Amino acid sequence: MFDQIVPAILVSIVAFFSVYVITPFLIRALEKRNLTVKDYHRKGGAMIPRPGGPSILIGIIASEITLYAFFPTTAIITILITTSLAFVVGIIDDRKALGGWFKPLALAASAIPIIFLGAYDSNLAFPLFGSFKIPALYLALIIFIIPITGNTINSIDVLNGVASGFMTIASFALTISLFIMQNYEIAIASLPLGFVSLAFYKYHKFPSSIFPGDSGALTLGAMYGVIAILGHVEIVAAIALLPAVINSFLFLSSVKHVVEHRQIKNPTAVTSDFKLMATSDKDAPITLLRLILAAGPLTEKQIVLVIFKLALFSASLAIITAFMMGIKI
Amino acid sequence: MKNYTIFSFIFIMWILIIIGGGLLVVFTSMISIEGYVTVGPLELYYTSIAKAVIAIILIIIWIYVLTKIKNWMFHKKIKN
Repeated sequence: MFDQIVPAILVSIVAFFSVYVITPFLIRALEKRNLTVKDYHRKGGAMIPRPGGPSILIGIIASEITLYAFFPTTAIITILITTSLAFVVGIIDDRKALGGWFKPLALAASAIPIIFLGAYDSNLAFPLFGSFKIPALYLALIIFIIPITGNTINSIDVLNGVASGFMTIASFALTISLFIMQNYEIAIASLPLGFVSLAFYKYHKFPSSIFPGDSGALTLGAMYGVIAILGHVEIVAAIALLPAVINSFLFLSSVKHVVEHRQIKNPTAVTSDFKLMATSDKDAPITLLRLILAAGPLTEKQIVLVIFKLALFSASLAIITAFMMGIKI
Repeated sequence: MKNYTIFSFIFIMWILIIIGGGLLVVFTSMISIEGYVTVGPLELYYTSIAKAVIAIILIIIWIYVLTKIKNWMFHKKIKN
């Protein structure tokens, strides 16, 4: 394991500083090209550059290639290809808003390299009870996991800093879980996700200087999904993502069909003192945000704090689950 | 709404995942289709398909239970 410490530190540094350094240049480039969107929750409605996906992707590629120099494995190639394909899907959606089914289908296609490169194991591991082998179902599961994680992160990207902050917490929980389960190779390959998210959070937190856009959110979500598959930690990964899963679950059970988030009614409204409150519109979907606001209006910072507390809680459950993986009853 | 309801819902989902996973492993480990086909690898795939069907049924039941719990826990809030 000690021979892996140097690469682990190095990829973490490359991941963090590449995003930290490149993002201000990207912000200026986007502003120059007038690629900005209005932040409706901000006093005065500031125009924020979008998308931040390119700097996130550069951070991931730079760090994973650095890791590949130490450990030339198929797993790293798989991470690079799938994550890059998800970025392409996102950037297309950033430039031209496409239908509700486009993203799930295109993300499903971006999962195909995982199958062709054979970078998976069809055993699905559960805590306490062991694992079961499902070759037929697991192929379908791979195709489903990437769209689910990608869209789940995308759907929670509703407030300043939520997507990047949430992903920082969830991905570090996943990395810790992989170390606990002694899957060191994938644990190190997952480090860039946490550090890229953390560096981007610096610019994405309230008040945001940049939004990740679909390209950023889908890139982060897809990389999270591919690490879950490669590391055989699908269940742990799902648990760390539970607040975002609940958001998607509440949304889908209220809307009852797959729809592009830009096409739905906003479940929140802004008060005169720039707090957010749940809307009384019966047609607006139920979301995690709307549930948090059910007690009364909150500032954006207060809501983000609640979401991060939920993320930390589910991250703790994920780490406990990783310990439970080693116990068989 | 007090946020502890959301924390409780996450905790219940976690328990359901562990129990659901346990049921999946227990039920599917009992299944092995043998003697109906002559080619060995095909038997594996028939077994796998049977396991997949059971897994999908259990997932549907899991989502149904979760929906009921969600409606029960967030009923007042959703009405608001």
